Amino acid sequence: MNIIDSANLVYRKTPVMTDLTMHYCPGCSHGVVHKLVAEVIDEMDIQDKTIGIAPVGCAVFAYKYIDIDWQQAAHGRAPALATAVKRLLPDRYVFTYQGDGDLAAIGTAETIHACNRGENIVIIFINNGIYGMTGGQMAPTTLDGMKTATSPSGRSVPLNGYPLDMTKLLAELDGTCYVTRQSVHSLGAVRKTKKALRKAFENSMLEKGTSVIEVVSTCNSGWKMTPDESNKWMVENMFPKYPMGDLKDR
Amino acid sequence: MAKVKGAVVVDTEQCKGCDLCVVACPSDVLSLSKEANAKGYNYSFMSSPDDCVGCAACAYVCPDACITVYKVKI
Ligand SMILES: Cc1ncc(C[n+]2csc(CCOP(=O)(O)OP(=O)(O)O)c2C)c(N)n1
Ligand code: SF4
Ligand code: SF4
Repeated sequence: MNIIDSANLVYRKTPVMTDLTMHYCPGCSHGVVHKLVAEVIDEMDIQDKTIGIAPVGCAVFAYKYIDIDWQQAAHGRAPALATAVKRLLPDRYVFTYQGDGDLAAIGTAETIHACNRGENIVIIFINNGIYGMTGGQMAPTTLDGMKTATSPSGRSVPLNGYPLDMTKLLAELDGTCYVTRQSVHSLGAVRKTKKALRKAFENSMLEKGTSVIEVVSTCNSGWKMTPDESNKWMVENMFPKYPMGDLKDR
Repeated sequence: MAKVKGAVVVDTEQCKGCDLCVVACPSDVLSLSKEANAKGYNYSFMSSPDDCVGCAACAYVCPDACITVYKVKI
């Protein structure tokens, strides 16, 4: 019996992704999230109505991999650029894609004010607890005690302050309508994240305010573990500080 | 009783050998090959093809969208 036949297809790479090989390290969460964003755009049939704002960070080349219109923002400024794009072209689905260094360090002001204004955009926040692209330095989100290139004996709260839960903060703002925290380490988690992304994209046309999706992620090369070990470490160590689930849905 | 049988096709040149599909498969169908692809990665392949149920867990977690999944009822 020939199982491998188009009539029996249950899963294939979405055509909204380009054919380029992504530059991400093997097992990187960025790839899974890119794929989910592309699948949601495909299923909603909004490929020609979606504009992404790429960050500075490992995802700086996101525009090469998802076949839609893009702008690339200066470090941390994606929510400001998304604000302009969405206000000028309100019939487009506009989203930012940002790491924790981008969103929670250099871009803190832009992020908070875009959310507080209730811009009708989607903010996708990849929280891997470090600055991946530049070599694994400590980020505001780095866990207490977590070893990074700039905290080789572990983050110390007296010295470096507390890990910053940006998503919790954003949920407090009146401008956000949907704030959720997800992950992509298992089949179940991937499905939930995809549902959350779809809801966020739909919200952006309902004039309800800003939707924020944090994806608690791994950076296995920065964390110096295998991809599988990183997923396990994330569940054990990241989830207690950054728990899964919706923080706000109105 | 209707049974399902699955099969996957791995894009072995795109695969980065990250092992996440191998870990995600509930039926232990996949392994990393001893052979490396042009980029030097030990790509994923069906080492126990008869056990595949076509659930697509492997494909969902693959960061590089390398896996295509097929399924039939028999
Ligand atoms: C204005 C400016 N400051 C600093 C940098 C250097 N820089 C590039 S990427 C990055 C951090 C990225 O970390 P994150 O946003 O967490 O994304 P990741 O790479 O982990 O996905 C920094 C500090 C820069 N490119 N521009
Ligand atoms: S489709 Fe399911 S059973 Fe088949 S290889 Fe993938 S994870 Fe394993
Ligand atoms: S998850 Fe994808 S990239 Fe990783 S080993 Fe499997 S097929 Fe290759």
